[in-house]
Amino acid sequence: MVPDAAAADEEKCLTDGMGRLQHNAFYMHRALDSNNLKDALRYAGQMLSELRTSSLSPHKYYELYMRAFDELRKVEMFFVEETRRGTYSVTDLYELVQHAANILPRLYLLCTVGSVYIKSKEAPAKDVLKDLVEMCRGIQHPVRGLFLRSYLSQISRDKLPDIGSEFEGGANTVNDAIEFVLQNFTEMNKLWVRMQYQGPIGEKAKRGKERSELRDLVGKNLHVLSQLEGVDLDMYKETVLPRILEQVVNCKDELAQHYLMDCIIQVFPDEYHLQTLETLLSAFPQLQPTVDIKTVLSLLMDRLSNYAVSSTEVLPEFLQAEAFAKLNSAVGEVIEAQVDMPISGVITLYVSLLTFTLRIHPDRIDYMDQILGACVQRLSGKTKVEDSKATKQIVALLSAPLEKYKDISTALNLPNYPRVMDHLDNATNKVMSAIIIQNIMKNNTCISTADRVDTLLELIKGLVKETDEAQDDELDEEDFKEEQNSVARLIHMLRTDDAEEMFKIISTVRKHILLGGPKRLAFTVPPVVFSALKLLRHLQNQDGDVNGQEVSVTQKKIFQFLHQTIEALSSVPSPELALKLYLQCAEAANDCGLEPVSYEFLTQAFILYEEEMADSKVQVTAIHLIIGTLQRMNVFGIENRDTLTHKASGYSAKLLKKPDQCRAVYACSHLFWVNEQDGVKDGERVLLCLKRALRIANAAQQMNATRGSSGHVTLFIEMLNKYLYFLEKGNPQITSSAIHDLIDLIRTEIQSDNTTSDPSANAFFSSTMRYIEFHKQKGGSVGENYEQIKV
Amino acid sequence: MVLVLAIGDLHIPHRAPDLPAKFKSMLVPGKIQHILCTGNLCIKEVHDYLKSLCPDLHIARGEYDEDARYPENKTLTIGQFKLGLCHGHQIIPWGDLDSLAMLQRQLDVDILVTGHTHQFKAYKHEAGVVINPGSATGAYSSITYDVNPSFVLMDIDGLRVVVYVYELIDGEVKVDKIDFKKTANTQSAH
Repeated sequence: MVPDAAAADEEKCLTDGMGRLQHNAFYMHRALDSNNLKDALRYAGQMLSELRTSSLSPHKYYELYMRAFDELRKVEMFFVEETRRGTYSVTDLYELVQHAANILPRLYLLCTVGSVYIKSKEAPAKDVLKDLVEMCRGIQHPVRGLFLRSYLSQISRDKLPDIGSEFEGGANTVNDAIEFVLQNFTEMNKLWVRMQYQGPIGEKAKRGKERSELRDLVGKNLHVLSQLEGVDLDMYKETVLPRILEQVVNCKDELAQHYLMDCIIQVFPDEYHLQTLETLLSAFPQLQPTVDIKTVLSLLMDRLSNYAVSSTEVLPEFLQAEAFAKLNSAVGEVIEAQVDMPISGVITLYVSLLTFTLRIHPDRIDYMDQILGACVQRLSGKTKVEDSKATKQIVALLSAPLEKYKDISTALNLPNYPRVMDHLDNATNKVMSAIIIQNIMKNNTCISTADRVDTLLELIKGLVKETDEAQDDELDEEDFKEEQNSVARLIHMLRTDDAEEMFKIISTVRKHILLGGPKRLAFTVPPVVFSALKLLRHLQNQDGDVNGQEVSVTQKKIFQFLHQTIEALSSVPSPELALKLYLQCAEAANDCGLEPVSYEFLTQAFILYEEEMADSKVQVTAIHLIIGTLQRMNVFGIENRDTLTHKASGYSAKLLKKPDQCRAVYACSHLFWVNEQDGVKDGERVLLCLKRALRIANAAQQMNATRGSSGHVTLFIEMLNKYLYFLEKGNPQITSSAIHDLIDLIRTEIQSDNTTSDPSANAFFSSTMRYIEFHKQKGGSVGENYEQIKV
Repeated sequence: MVLVLAIGDLHIPHRAPDLPAKFKSMLVPGKIQHILCTGNLCIKEVHDYLKSLCPDLHIARGEYDEDARYPENKTLTIGQFKLGLCHGHQIIPWGDLDSLAMLQRQLDVDILVTGHTHQFKAYKHEAGVVINPGSATGAYSSITYDVNPSFVLMDIDGLRVVVYVYELIDGEVKVDKIDFKKTANTQSAH
């Protein structure tokens, strides 16, 4: 209620004031028109008296001020006209206006006339300016004083004796201009600071807000200085900056200091800042402890960073100015001085410094390390950082070198890099690790030494290592998978062409992934296994054909490694995956000619099949993989081969569903017939398998007959195709009568009333018959076999 | 003109980190009407990527695929052609063309797309065509040494299919093409 009432009051006050102002302005203009100077000045005085009010907030006062400003412009034009005509002399006017009753209107009028005076050149600009700036001292009320001096600043702007201006010359130099502006600035700042101490203590926040509204009035002076031609680097260095800083430091006001430091940095050219770096930085520790220096310092560093990339010619200046050293110590000093700075602020400063250094001195890795080292120091002694603002900044800190250098190796070489990461809590480590992995994948970087691999995996341990159970559970399953898959992809980037080193690399990788716990192993073991298999290939290519005894020690070592690695999956447990991987190794050992090693791997696969595969679908896939693998092996002697094929066929026949049994058993027929030159071609055992499969198909038919379904017809057609296959390959045991029998059987089944029609089986049969027909007609060596077949 | 991408055996992330960059830049969404994937992607991310290239995605199950629900084999009709899709680890001996021909007869298709060996093949026999797009990432295979990344694009136009095979050899993409024609009345390609 009360604020509203106060606001309404204020509004009324403003409206009333405006009304009276306009009223007086009207009469003033009328008097001017009739050349009644005395009356005009009287009305002017009354008009300006409205600006004497204390009941308006700065925001509202400004409106009143602007109206008065407009009116005074017209008055000034009048004065200019009349003095030119000679109706009055400027000095007379200057005299006359001082008769105004109250000081504030008097001073506004004086400033206005002063402007005319300078323009007329009847007196040196410097004298008039000096006079005015001193006389404004008469107003000590902060708001009124600020606006008055702002008026002075505005109207004098184009009349300063700058280099090349018409007002320069003789006694008037740019020094006078500078002196004038600096003095105005100093006084305005004092008034502005004084506002803080006005009014009741409870309204501190309100005052702060009001002060903020007026800050640009003060800042304008710095802007004016920056626009002066005469303020070159030397002038800035010798005079302007030291004077400004003096006022900034001495005013001991937090709001003013922060705003003005900011202003200086924004308003003056970056080139100047670079050359006055030491002076500028020396002011920072002298500021009030509550000033948010880090944003100012960050701003400075960011501007200098941007300046550095703006042109290549600029870079040497930085080196010459020793910018890094100065900024580095400034950051240190500021952190020392502001004991209560939160850790996020500290890191923000270092982020700015690091960004700066990356731009200016990209080759100085030692500087980067230094900066990271300083962070480590600040972070040590504390527990893991948990403040989210701070962690965000640390992530920014660590990401900066990655983005700049693209090659992760540079970051890995910084000894302090992992130390900073150590201070991250697990969640943030994961975020950072993801960024690191992304960087590697995007830039296609290969990490090619075991040491660097070790460092890298240690760095990203948030993703690799198993930690708190509780934390892991919280993670969404999808996210976890994505995370681990990215680690898996990363593993393929850890490689080199040097075999010895590569083995060290995969050993290192395995060392780390074994710490991942059962949840992670299913993701991380396969890439390690395949990396090892690729290494084996690589070795094989190098040695040329290796047979029997000539194996190098390293091959055996790799197989040992593979065995141990796959074994780790038993803790997950992941028997299906382990079985597949064992089979891969068995084949690889076969290609190396290592019979016992290959046998061992197949044994492991069989054990898993026997003990761990309960699901029938899984069994079907697994047995086909075993048969397919075994079929390709040529390293086994007769005894071993027999044992293995026997096992495979045995398990095939024991699958749960009859059709699965049938298919697995006829697949086994290929175990006894290998199409290569010295491959086994045991026609009898092939036939045995086929007959066994046929018996199973018949059994399936019995079962289906009771149900009236016809799925088994397809089985018979498959059998027919298999018979034809071996017939073609020249297996003497395959007789044409057996084939005829099958064809008849199939025809009977298809046409039988008991079974439902199966279009796909019909089509299969048709295409098979076409196939036979095709070969009969084609003739040739294959066609011979088909001669006997009657269709 | 219907473009069908035949691709598979990527084995991401078990055996390869990603598709080769040159392939990725060639495979742009919106250009392909159908994708036949022989399997062994192995993870959902790859599935989603392929789906983004073309919504009509058909996948046959490979033995390393994370999603066990993909079918063992699939058939579909595109224009005048019947196509069949199967990973191939189920057909023993692996890569044996005669055994694959049997599957082709069983599925009654003109074109059989199959994988597992990581070796590109386009083979015509009396019942039709067998196409193996190889491994798109050049993944390790126990069956094939020196695998080059490859995939196949089929352009089906009426009774004719042009098979373009893209292979990455020594960092360069090489393209080859093979023509197959089908006779109108019969159900098989000659």
